[in-house]
Amino acid sequence: MRAFDYHQAVDSGQAVEQAVRRDGAKYLGGGTNLVDLMRETVERPEMLIDVTALSRDIDETDAGGLMIGAGVTNAAVAGDARVRLRYPLLSRAILTGASAQIRNMATVGGNLLQRTRCAYFYDVAASCNKREPGAGCDAREGFNRYHAILGASSSCVATHPSDMCVALAALDARVHLLGPEGERELAFNDLHREPGERPELETELRPEELITAVELPPLPMAVRSEYRKVRDRASYAFALVSVASMVELDSNTEDETIADVRLALGGVATKPWRAWQAEAVLRGQPATEETLAAAADAELAVAEPLSGNAFKIELARRVMIAELSQRIVDARKGGES
Amino acid sequence: MKWTINGHVREAEVDFRTSLLDLLREHFQLSGTKKGCNQGACGACTVLLDGQRINACLALAVQVQGRDIMTVEGLAEGDALHPIQAAFVEHDGFQCGYCTPGQICSAVGLAEEFERGLPSAVTKDLVASDIEPSHDELRERMSGNLCRCGAYNGIVAAVADSLGREVRR
Repeated sequence: MRAFDYHQAVDSGQAVEQAVRRDGAKYLGGGTNLVDLMRETVERPEMLIDVTALSRDIDETDAGGLMIGAGVTNAAVAGDARVRLRYPLLSRAILTGASAQIRNMATVGGNLLQRTRCAYFYDVAASCNKREPGAGCDAREGFNRYHAILGASSSCVATHPSDMCVALAALDARVHLLGPEGERELAFNDLHREPGERPELETELRPEELITAVELPPLPMAVRSEYRKVRDRASYAFALVSVASMVELDSNTEDETIADVRLALGGVATKPWRAWQAEAVLRGQPATEETLAAAADAELAVAEPLSGNAFKIELARRVMIAELSQRIVDARKGGES
Repeated sequence: MKWTINGHVREAEVDFRTSLLDLLREHFQLSGTKKGCNQGACGACTVLLDGQRINACLALAVQVQGRDIMTVEGLAEGDALHPIQAAFVEHDGFQCGYCTPGQICSAVGLAEEFERGLPSAVTKDLVASDIEPSHDELRERMSGNLCRCGAYNGIVAAVADSLGREVRR
């Protein structure tokens, strides 16, 4: 690990000022990813600005949603009674990620900005365009079972590792930022970038911008939302495929139709993947197996397999159909009660 | 820098690069907390930070200044083992013993999470506050602690037993 300076920020404004003043400064959340990457010398910050003491509350918003401070731990979000009741997919997504120890340390802001777990990104002896722009990509012809089938480019096929972010993508969350120019908001789905030719640029954050909060909009159908994660072992492993989903039915019409739906995928894409194509096929259509299959196929039409991950296309298709089917069953029950 | 470790205020001036794990082992000679993978994968370094279990290898000492840290050395009261330690002995919750301090600290954190009614990934009803500590629940909640000897059956029996004891007390 390279030597660095440490500063404990007392408020968000002061944290940003400190970051502006110092080249090579990075914000420090729980450290569960950053400290590990520093130890591998993948990350070499000259200064850490500790922001874990800032914005540690979860508050109701006037709109009827929740405002989650960026410094709240993953465990505290997952355990919050309001999140468990109103946004169960978010609790479930967080609880399927990492271990209890890591969830107790990791913050919301840090989870959003965690780096890929591509082994070639971690291995400083390997070629990686994300770590060293222009170096090449050893994953493309390497061990790429865990890599992306969606949103990849010739320069990078690394997946975004977060479970929490897949839930936030489905929920249309908003990200609150503070930078040298002041506050602004981003739609969560606009935060992360696809790699294209610049895989080292992972988000739309501007220099020195700090994530201060994540806002969940009110979304009544999220009461029946769920998150399912498929992986190589039952616990404490990254996703091969994960699916966040919720469905609202319209039973007033002759044929029962899908009034509204949210669908997002993890483990298969270079960013938390909102399944816009599938949603477009589903909305307003009869809630039948044929519709679900057509939706899954529409989303995966552009999927591009690598040497070791073609199985993910069929796996993603099956898990999407199974999950949407279950949400429809749940929505019918919910409609009756 | 200052920390409260096992109830005692301890001070040291250390390089910012020092992890909490190295602080405990190298500066305060508390070698009960083990270094396994040093990258957050094995759980051998599990300690309690303000009562919550964390991986000491992923925390910087500077980052947890002023906080309350409990290690395996702080659990027993004199010669009287903590109920979870006693349960590990009774159920053979170990073979070589290297992962054991982390397993035990993790189980202490787990008990506190159960008391607060917190769900896990395998909890069917996320809204429920009274969650049965089933075999599946315990395996899931202890998944951050690996045991290369494979003493998991004994570990789960010990954790289940200690939760029962705490309920009965």
